Amino acid sequence: MIRILHQVFQTGTITEPLAASDRFERLGNRLQEEIRRRFQGSLAVRLVDAGSCNGCELEIHAANNPYYDIERFGIHFTASPRFADLLLVTGPVSINMQTALEMTYDAMPAPKLVLAMGDCAANCGLFGCDNYAIAGSVADIIPVDGVIHGCPPSPTDLIQGILALLA
Amino acid sequence: MTLLSNTWFAERLGDHGIHSKYLEDHHPAHMPCLEIRRLDWAHAAGEAKRLGMRLVAVWAAEAGKHDVDAEGRRALYSYMAFAHPEHRHALLRTELNGEQPQIHSISAHFIAACRMERTMQDMFGIDVTDIPDNRRWIKHEQWPETAYGLRHTFDGNTPLSPDPQRADVDYDFLASESESVYEIPVGPVHAGIIEPGHFRFLAVGEQILNMEERLGFVHKGIERAMKGRNAIEGIRLAARVSGDSTVGHAWAFAQACEYAADIEIPPRARHLRGVLCERERIANHIGDIGAICNDAAFAFMHSQCARLREEMARLNLAIFGHRLLMDTLKPGGVRADVNDAQIQQLVAQTQSIADEVEHLRAIYADTPSIQQRVIGAGRVSVQEAGDLGLLGYAGRASGHYPDERIEEGYPPYDTLDVPVPEGKLGDVATRVWVRFEEIAAASRMVVAWLQQLPGGEIATPWTAPEAGVSGFAAIESWRGEIAAWVRFGMEEKIDRYFVRDPSVINWLGLELAVRTVPVPDFPLVNKSFNCSYSGNDL
Repeated sequence: MIRILHQVFQTGTITEPLAASDRFERLGNRLQEEIRRRFQGSLAVRLVDAGSCNGCELEIHAANNPYYDIERFGIHFTASPRFADLLLVTGPVSINMQTALEMTYDAMPAPKLVLAMGDCAANCGLFGCDNYAIAGSVADIIPVDGVIHGCPPSPTDLIQGILALLA
Repeated sequence: MTLLSNTWFAERLGDHGIHSKYLEDHHPAHMPCLEIRRLDWAHAAGEAKRLGMRLVAVWAAEAGKHDVDAEGRRALYSYMAFAHPEHRHALLRTELNGEQPQIHSISAHFIAACRMERTMQDMFGIDVTDIPDNRRWIKHEQWPETAYGLRHTFDGNTPLSPDPQRADVDYDFLASESESVYEIPVGPVHAGIIEPGHFRFLAVGEQILNMEERLGFVHKGIERAMKGRNAIEGIRLAARVSGDSTVGHAWAFAQACEYAADIEIPPRARHLRGVLCERERIANHIGDIGAICNDAAFAFMHSQCARLREEMARLNLAIFGHRLLMDTLKPGGVRADVNDAQIQQLVAQTQSIADEVEHLRAIYADTPSIQQRVIGAGRVSVQEAGDLGLLGYAGRASGHYPDERIEEGYPPYDTLDVPVPEGKLGDVATRVWVRFEEIAAASRMVVAWLQQLPGGEIATPWTAPEAGVSGFAAIESWRGEIAAWVRFGMEEKIDRYFVRDPSVINWLGLELAVRTVPVPDFPLVNKSFNCSYSGNDL
């Protein structure tokens, strides 16, 4: 135990301000305010991978790492769509995932927000919408409120995208 | 690096009365493609088994546009690839009857072939006779029966419409008639931030009796989408077969193309590919060790590992232009060069991360609460691992050690010794141990290559081969061997890309590993395998 504590204190706090720009600081503050005002301080996010290559998932994991620590803004990922305020969708929507995506969306209480993350979610990306196995981009299947581009979007892009959607 | 033609397998087959013909338009010569008669198909697989070879893959391909016969028909071929620890890979091909394609199953010899044969049935409408499991695999229940995604007669550019007649058809999961056995359906949408797939558990009390996987949810037509792209465009798609193995898949694709085109890449590019691939290995192993510990509530390791992984991602972005190293390779070489200052940064970071991981490893080993969870959990025996042909760390934890960095010994791995951790117990603890060992070994390799990085160009100009020429490559990604086969068609475009991610085989290992564990241990065991859904479903 003493070694764990030693390592913890030696590592210290590495969580950092998002980016060294005023714009970001402003957005960060506004985000926390918005979440406090509109979501009682916590925004629950349900992720659905509708056909991604898993690159976007790696970056969502990274957004939870100690450097970014997305939870400090009141954002947390929930297991059930029943508690979710925001549906985050990655990947082009595969034919085999279309029903599961629609069911997840329907299971969420209204009002609900949908954010399409990554070039695939936005426009099918490199896999192409002219593909027998792909039902379409996320907006072709369910109503989308915001889009984050990138292949994959970085954790900073993700945080910025959520800020832009709420602010 | 053109090696002499490898006739070993052809001679062994000849000893057993299986005549084979060497195909000239397949490269490289040391991994030959042999044409055999259709009636020898299963017999040849049986011989491969007796010779101690492992199954690499089974797949099918139609002849390209350049190869249409006088009546406008295209031949349909079935392929299988085997590997021997000393005598390397050999491919076998046979022509099927185009009107009523039929082939005998080889699952009796190699059970891992079964899902690949089901995929051949789904995608080509090939009737695989005597297949032990005749259910659909990638093609889900609602697809029309005749939607054969990889036949040229199928419209691959229009999203498929489900067949209304099949709306109520369900996948026939293994069920129990006992009243005390209950089923737990999980997925396709899982609780955490992971890819989709369905697991059907049969459990008694806390104990798992059987777990059955139903995958294919993220099938996005990658093989079909590759058709008609040239190699330069194609590598970007190959790099997204499975995002966490982007270097491995890009390398396998690039090397298959380079073998087909008979292009040798410059020594500096080889070394840089090695550095990129081993960095990918280190980052993923670190991330997974943290995630495994997190699934056993040891959050300290998770935070520490996530921190190290992030530091690697940041340096990747600064030096190679992408946090996950996507699009850093190209046919003929690599895209980004490194200068002396960057080499110093990479060496320093690799050494410091290796030291930190060793420090964390000591804490992990000294913490009884995590050790109690991982030791003995989710065992796969040596016999089972050999029967399935488990790859990568899943194999190395269970006495099965195929490693293409040694067996195929492609550059730059021919310049140094690649140590293989030889585990036998096959539990979660051993799979974690293999990963710790691989992080240490990979760090030493990265430093060695960077310190003796050859000068010169980072790429050879790419020129595509003639229509009909194919190349095969086997690359040891962090998860295990990736096998890729690429055939070029007209106008320098690819007309068939087949890839087998190691997950295709290792998913079977997970089914065996969880038969002995309580339900709450499933996430822990699952994470210790961490198979790719995207790489499996394509």
